Amino acid sequence: MTGAVSQTSRPRRLSGSWLTGLLMAPSGLWYFFLLVLPLLIVLIYSVGERGPVGGYQSAFTFANYANLPARWTAFKNTMTLAPLGTLICLLAGYPLAYFLALKAGPRWRLTLLILVIVPFWTSFLIRTYAWIFILGGRGIPALLDLIGISDVRLINTPIAVLTGIVYAYLPLMVFPIYVSLEKLDKRLLEASNDLYADAWATFRQVTVPLSAPGVVTGCMLVFILLMGEYLIPQMLGGGKVFFIGNALVDLFLQSLNWPFGSAVAVALVAIMLLTVGSYLKFSRAGNYGRDANLI
Amino acid sequence: MFRAYAIFIYLFLYGPIALIVLFSFNSGTSAADFRGFSLHWYGKLLGNELMLDALKTSLIVAFVSSSLAAVMGTMAALALQNVKGWMRTIFDALTYIAIMVPGIVIGIATLIALVSTFDVINTVMIALWPDSQPPRLSMGYGSIIAAHTLFSMALVIVIVRARIAGMDRSLIEASMDLYADPWATFRQVTLPQLAPGILAGFLLSFTFSFDDFVVAFFVAGSKNTLPIYVFSSIRRGVTPEINAIGTAVMVFSLTMLCLAQIMLRRKRQPAKA
Repeated sequence: MTGAVSQTSRPRRLSGSWLTGLLMAPSGLWYFFLLVLPLLIVLIYSVGERGPVGGYQSAFTFANYANLPARWTAFKNTMTLAPLGTLICLLAGYPLAYFLALKAGPRWRLTLLILVIVPFWTSFLIRTYAWIFILGGRGIPALLDLIGISDVRLINTPIAVLTGIVYAYLPLMVFPIYVSLEKLDKRLLEASNDLYADAWATFRQVTVPLSAPGVVTGCMLVFILLMGEYLIPQMLGGGKVFFIGNALVDLFLQSLNWPFGSAVAVALVAIMLLTVGSYLKFSRAGNYGRDANLI
Repeated sequence: MFRAYAIFIYLFLYGPIALIVLFSFNSGTSAADFRGFSLHWYGKLLGNELMLDALKTSLIVAFVSSSLAAVMGTMAALALQNVKGWMRTIFDALTYIAIMVPGIVIGIATLIALVSTFDVINTVMIALWPDSQPPRLSMGYGSIIAAHTLFSMALVIVIVRARIAGMDRSLIEASMDLYADPWATFRQVTLPQLAPGILAGFLLSFTFSFDDFVVAFFVAGSKNTLPIYVFSSIRRGVTPEINAIGTAVMVFSLTMLCLAQIMLRRKRQPAKA
């Protein structure tokens, strides 16, 4: 049948290729001028020099890259809190996804799932701001003070940043895990049960391996977004717990050192690609990742 | 046990939101203790020129960028059916890059690309312009819209392509068999089937653009979008007015989201009929 279709459409091929080109042109141009070219310029700037009043002066030097350790704290914070945040999201999100996919009644399942995702699409800024409110001096610390635990400081600590991270990105973790658990063939669980596996063995040997693709997707989504995070450390870390994103804002908008900022940005993308690449490779190589090409 | 855990998570997710909504109706001036119910802060919002101006900017940017994205993204998704080989690989890679590269890097890259381009153009204009006051290109509506359209377009391409993949091919063949020309087939068969997907893409893009802070922060120049305005007010101090803005914004995004959901569901109806 496909042969017949392609034969009948053959006379139209010539005009078809014109039409295809015409349809692709706007998006192609957009990608070229607003994605490829800007990213190339960042790459070029990263080997340039800072101009006398900020901005850029053409040069070819790796001094900016050699200077990266000057922002070591930002890299260190990002590389510890982003994986840690991802892990907490996974640990907190998996049981919820499990509950939604396997335990919740079918009547409520969809509503409950939508309720998880909705916050993700409502104002990120406002939701993070809510935690300034809750963790700030007159929120939880004031309540703790009432029961005799005084002088607790939560805002502007790594704990506050982690809370904000889990709050913001939990939905993104739950959704893909839910999808893979929901697709799981329930008969496998029954079979495992029939073969006298206890609940824990079934979970470990059947459920977890089969939900691995969802776990991989969820972790990747959360981790990628966390690597470039700016708002959460800015608002809940109060300049004390800062990420690479905060360093970038400082370098581009305050100290106007664009070449160094570009080098930091290139390093950020490189670290991201390396971590995600090796994570995917690792999870594919492992037993669990048989279907890791979900995305 | 699972049920208790789920309840805990839902409290965690919705508690802070509920708090914002509750305190937006606070009659007291302090952000932290509740004095009684009042619409005072909403009234104050309506008289806040800066906020209204930022809201207008955000709405214009979101509308224009998601319209552009819906049109260009749909065009690309349709054309991609006939594209194979290296062109296809590159285009797919660019779509994923546009979605995956952190917003902050996109913001920076767009900023320096546009500033460098504008510098060159402005210098040329000064040299060529007969007057002493040539028009100057600068950051503003155009740059925010251009940057938002990039992400939104990639989003629309992914969504619409999924629709195309799930589309009933036999209808298109039937239409051709009945001697409809390609344009008529597109207008009367393909487009109605894709419309819910395109609209959902538009609404999701709108929500993204309306909510985006970090990209706009870099490329907005002297313009304020609503998130930029809210961010700088939070910096100046936490006031109940921010709660009122937050509540209004959340209600608005929620409405857009519901509309997008309804549109995405709708796709199954024509198939059933």
